[in-house]
Amino acid sequence: MHNLIREFWPSTVDGLTLGSIYALIALGYTLVYGVLRLINFAHSEVFMVGTLGSLFMLHAIGVNSPQTGFALVGVLLLMLLAAMAVSGITAVLLERIAYRPLRRRGAGRLAALISAIGASFFLQEVVALRYGRDLIAFPRVMKKVTLFKIGAGDVRNDKLIVFVAAIVLMFVLERFVNGTRLGRGIRATAQDAETAVLMGVNIDRVVVATFVLGGLMAGVAAMLYGLRFENTQYIAGFVPGIKAFTAAVLGGIGNLRGALLGGLLLGLVESYGASFFGSQWLDVVAFAVLVIVLMFRPTGLLGEALSRARA
Amino acid sequence: MLLELKDVHVHYGKVEALKGISITVDEGEIVTLIGANGAGKTTTLKTISGVRPVTSGSVTFRGDNITSLPGHRRVERGLSQAPEGRGIFPGMTVVENLEMGAYARRGSQRKEVPADFERVYQLFPRLAERRSQMGGTLSGGEQQMLAIGRALMARPQVLLLDEPSMGLAPKLVSQIFQIIREISAQGTTILLVEQNAVQALSLAHRAYVLESGLVVRSADAHSLLDDESVRAAYLGGAVGSGGSGGSGGSGGS
Ligand SMILES: Nc1ncnc2c1ncn2[C@@H]1O[C@H](COP(=O)(O)OP(=O)(O)OP(=O)(O)O)[C@@H](O)[C@H]1O
Ligand SMILES: [Mg+2]
Repeated sequence: MHNLIREFWPSTVDGLTLGSIYALIALGYTLVYGVLRLINFAHSEVFMVGTLGSLFMLHAIGVNSPQTGFALVGVLLLMLLAAMAVSGITAVLLERIAYRPLRRRGAGRLAALISAIGASFFLQEVVALRYGRDLIAFPRVMKKVTLFKIGAGDVRNDKLIVFVAAIVLMFVLERFVNGTRLGRGIRATAQDAETAVLMGVNIDRVVVATFVLGGLMAGVAAMLYGLRFENTQYIAGFVPGIKAFTAAVLGGIGNLRGALLGGLLLGLVESYGASFFGSQWLDVVAFAVLVIVLMFRPTGLLGEALSRARA
Repeated sequence: MLLELKDVHVHYGKVEALKGISITVDEGEIVTLIGANGAGKTTTLKTISGVRPVTSGSVTFRGDNITSLPGHRRVERGLSQAPEGRGIFPGMTVVENLEMGAYARRGSQRKEVPADFERVYQLFPRLAERRSQMGGTLSGGEQQMLAIGRALMARPQVLLLDEPSMGLAPKLVSQIFQIIREISAQGTTILLVEQNAVQALSLAHRAYVLESGLVVRSADAHSLLDDESVRAAYLGGAVGSGGSGGSGGSGGS
């Protein structure tokens, strides 16, 4: 108890940072689930390859020391673009190769799930064979400084960037889904796919769009993860992926705002749990909360589907 | 000829739902498809809209063979449908649902979308009152109006209606049929699927009777209305209900 009080603000800052990354990954699970009712288990690898994308961008431009000013902004943007491109393309290929052929043949969801797990192992092993199984370190691109304090919690520049980026992207994604033609097509398909076709919605394009959007968000998460934790590995996607999936379920899978809420909440709960019980209890606390929430609200905090919540 | 189905066979797995259906719809007509539950009426409309693939046979629309055209492209060509069970998007408002009806209209075709909103609100003043209400919270009748209005937002050449009277109170049923008549008078060709055969026959120009995936009768609608065997099979048989339907028909013409 004593620990939690002393650690409250630092835990809050860390929880929100971690939760932001969960939330961004969770958006990919939730978008694809909303449209296809499919858990894209390979989404954690879409995230993982994104971390490599931003790392290799650093190698390519030869950055291996902290930058400042415009140079820093440029480096961060290049890392972001690389991660988004690699994750986005991987997500699209995944849809083309692992899911679409099954969908075309009218295979059930169980088949798609097996395919997803297969794709997940495939991507992990490709990376492991090519880059080894050890942790791969990122160079430090930004000097980490405390910008201000909330209570006893230091708000560091990298943590603030992670949090702000998650909130901004959430906003952009909502605008896209509610305000564009393709976004409306996504919502319509999530609510009633056959009727969406009767309206003239091209379901294949909608499906690709959800994979692209999910992939791009995972790419952003990957770049932020690299910035924050400064390492990656062939299984770097596994734990964040499971946590993000948990976050999506916690918030109400299929619901965009639910993904954000679930992600932030899960990050906070983990962080508080770790300072209260000790960090070895972190995962236990996270899943205990999930089980308790689902006992009382089986469809998650904000309910299911892109349908109800208008987003 | 605007729309033609030629010897269309459709399967659900091994079950043959349509066993060689041939139907034509001419410009300006109201054609009705009647038949008992499971006869294949909905399957026929789904096949026309391209959400069910054919096993064999052809669908021709405005002279083009559209048999293998994907469903979403058929809306651009001028086919739209208010499906069985209405298919309202529950998490979208009335306005958003109507906007979905105009999804296939792009570029210069969008100029007239605001005017079409007005046209739909004129046909269904109730929808105007409920503009920002969620589709899922509308009453059955309101949802049906929304489904028809939404299909009109595509500016179809042929409007496909699947049991628009299903589950509605008698008064609302006559209102819906009145509106269908009005839509037809405004120049839209209509293919109407109905269980409510009396009303459908008194409204339509021509009719097809479906039975287990086959067309068993095709005739002028009014002659079917007076036909004894059709009466017995599809109009409930009872002379009383048939009589009232018949008079309703003559009143409408
Ligand atoms: N999704 C499906 N899977 C398997 N069989 C189906 C499916 N949909 C329809 N059928 C079968 O195809 C046949 C025709 O069904 P359809 O829905 O076209 O009939 P309908 O004339 O519209 O009936 P109703 O008046 O009850 O709406 C029925 O025997 C039905 O059981
Ligand atoms: Mg039917």
